[in-house]
Amino acid sequence: MSNPANADADDNAVILQSIGLTRHFRLGGLLSRRILHAVDDLDLVIHEREIIALVGESGSGKTTVARLLAMIYPPTRGRITYRGKSLHSLRSRKDVLRYRGKVPMVFQDPYSAMNPVFRVSHGVMRNLKLHRPEMDSAQRRAEAERVFDMVGLNPAADMLQKFPYEMSGGQRQRVGFAQALAVQPELILADEPVSMLDVSIRAGILNLMANLRADTGASILYITHDIASARYVADRIVVMYAGHAVEQGPTEVVLSQPKHPYTQLLLSAVPDPRETAAPVSADSGEPPRVINPTEGCRFRQRCPYAIDECARVTPPLRPMGPGHDAACHVAVPESADADGIAVAPSADPAVATRVVRGLGGHGAERAD
Amino acid sequence: MPEPLLEVDDVSVSYLTDAAEVGAVDHVSLALHTGEFLGIVGESGCGKSTLLFAIAQLLSPPAAITSGRVVFRGQDLVQLTESELRHVRWRDYSVVMQSAMNALNPMKSIGAQFKDTMRAHEHVSNEAIEARSSEVLRLVGIDSAHLDSYPHQLSGGMRQRAMIAMALLFTPQLVIMDEPTSALDVVAQRSLMTQIKDLQQQFGFAVIFVTHDMSVIAHYSDRVMVMYAGQVAEIGATRSIFKQPMHPYSKGLLDAFPSVRGPRRPLIGIPGSPPDLSRPPTGCRFHPRCSEVMPKCLTIEPALYPVGDTDVRCLLFAKSLKDAV
Repeated sequence: MSNPANADADDNAVILQSIGLTRHFRLGGLLSRRILHAVDDLDLVIHEREIIALVGESGSGKTTVARLLAMIYPPTRGRITYRGKSLHSLRSRKDVLRYRGKVPMVFQDPYSAMNPVFRVSHGVMRNLKLHRPEMDSAQRRAEAERVFDMVGLNPAADMLQKFPYEMSGGQRQRVGFAQALAVQPELILADEPVSMLDVSIRAGILNLMANLRADTGASILYITHDIASARYVADRIVVMYAGHAVEQGPTEVVLSQPKHPYTQLLLSAVPDPRETAAPVSADSGEPPRVINPTEGCRFRQRCPYAIDECARVTPPLRPMGPGHDAACHVAVPESADADGIAVAPSADPAVATRVVRGLGGHGAERAD
Repeated sequence: MPEPLLEVDDVSVSYLTDAAEVGAVDHVSLALHTGEFLGIVGESGCGKSTLLFAIAQLLSPPAAITSGRVVFRGQDLVQLTESELRHVRWRDYSVVMQSAMNALNPMKSIGAQFKDTMRAHEHVSNEAIEARSSEVLRLVGIDSAHLDSYPHQLSGGMRQRAMIAMALLFTPQLVIMDEPTSALDVVAQRSLMTQIKDLQQQFGFAVIFVTHDMSVIAHYSDRVMVMYAGQVAEIGATRSIFKQPMHPYSKGLLDAFPSVRGPRRPLIGIPGSPPDLSRPPTGCRFHPRCSEVMPKCLTIEPALYPVGDTDVRCLLFAKSLKDAV
């Protein structure tokens, strides 16, 4: 983020940065005036050896961000720089290929991300052939075995010979990571890599991500709607709501002192098998579809603290503490919390409950 | 104790294929009382959805109930003919499917589908149908104007609510739910669960709720049944199982969850994957993945052993070896 406090806090070099990243989609025909704002003005910085979680509901724009970063779509506005160089300037196929090798993507659905008629070795070998042409076939074979080993698919030589249908979902997702690793990535874009997997297998993939960073030094952008798993792996969390980044900061700070009312709502909704009290809320959890939005905070209809200002001015991210920003007119920075006005951190359970109760069921009527 | 509303007695379900007979549900028994909320958890492939379908008499070939009875209000559903079932199904018990998007007809408005449902089970006037349809839709927090809406015009959460409304058309005594929240986000999921619980308290129907997500049922169910490889691994009061899971599999499921609160703990998960049910492991079916496996687990098939008010299928809790055999 452009926040100087954050840059100081992290000495590692920046791999990828987005500035004012925006992507709109036209709904309907060519002459349609209905524009869906999937992502608006997103500033994101990803450093070396960092795991960042991009958290939000479905429809919040998080997958669009991953696809923009992977150059699957071009941005409508704003730019993305890789090692200081704008992605716009990557014109030749060779440059684009090189970038995709450095910033590969792992997809959500391990069942449909692989061609069922090829053995799982196919994807890895193809990646190696494309991105590391200097290798001969024996080296490629050895490298494929090495990455399979690394993601816990062993014996690697046997695993490489399997077809996707012979593997479980967790194993397929490991193949996805192995394919990404084969190209010696600097940053892996992982789009909901565990949401299709069984709980018992999720833990293995989450641990795998943490280990990959430790072993290879690759950064990971972990995209998820599950804030608990984000906490488990990520150093930093960026919370998205309706195409905007509404809060970001070090994981533990954001979770212990959430400043944005949406982050507070999200946290209060997370079920925890170790807690007996059920969370209380009237909020129906319907995120808005952002079609031709007007100025103003996009959370205001669901927000218990909304003031007139919220409908007039889109709140920018403001510093709330070291490396911690929130886009809220009402949120009060950490030092000013003492007077207890406005959005108090949810550390106080009474306040948290009030926040949640206050969120009325506007969503139920909204169905466009 | 009064007669249970539903008694599943030693039910087995097999998928009969040319190659093998796959025992998806293996001698499962359970009792459900009026107004009770039972959660069934387990990984995919553990037989939980098959069990639900067996209870609802919705199995179709190659799946078939090979033994046991499903006694609902004193009547064995397994013995009923399709036309007899028609009088019971949906009026006395209803089913909410996992994916509302696939369960609702995309070509028909919500109201038209409600009408079809009511017509199929009862002779009622259009006015009565209309009145009841708006009423149930309001119950789940959807404006009755949406009776004219088509499924694609509703969000995922609203579609799932509409499914629940449809299940409540006849005020059934039992609502069977197959992962109704798994396609939803946390906020929507919580709101839906709260609503189900409210409706249940209001109307007193019993709920069987299937999920692979331990945390969803932790707050809402009265009793939990943990299934593994087609068998009951552990069944008991929600509070005691979450406080002190006994079966190593239940422990594993609970430990697989990262928490947003409290200290960060390493996640262990459960190594391996559920067994191929055409060739289940010898002895305890969980032994190849178990962290507390003992030599006898490979040979002795554990029964369900009562420990307090919980039943657990694990040799660790067999009082004596004779007991186990």
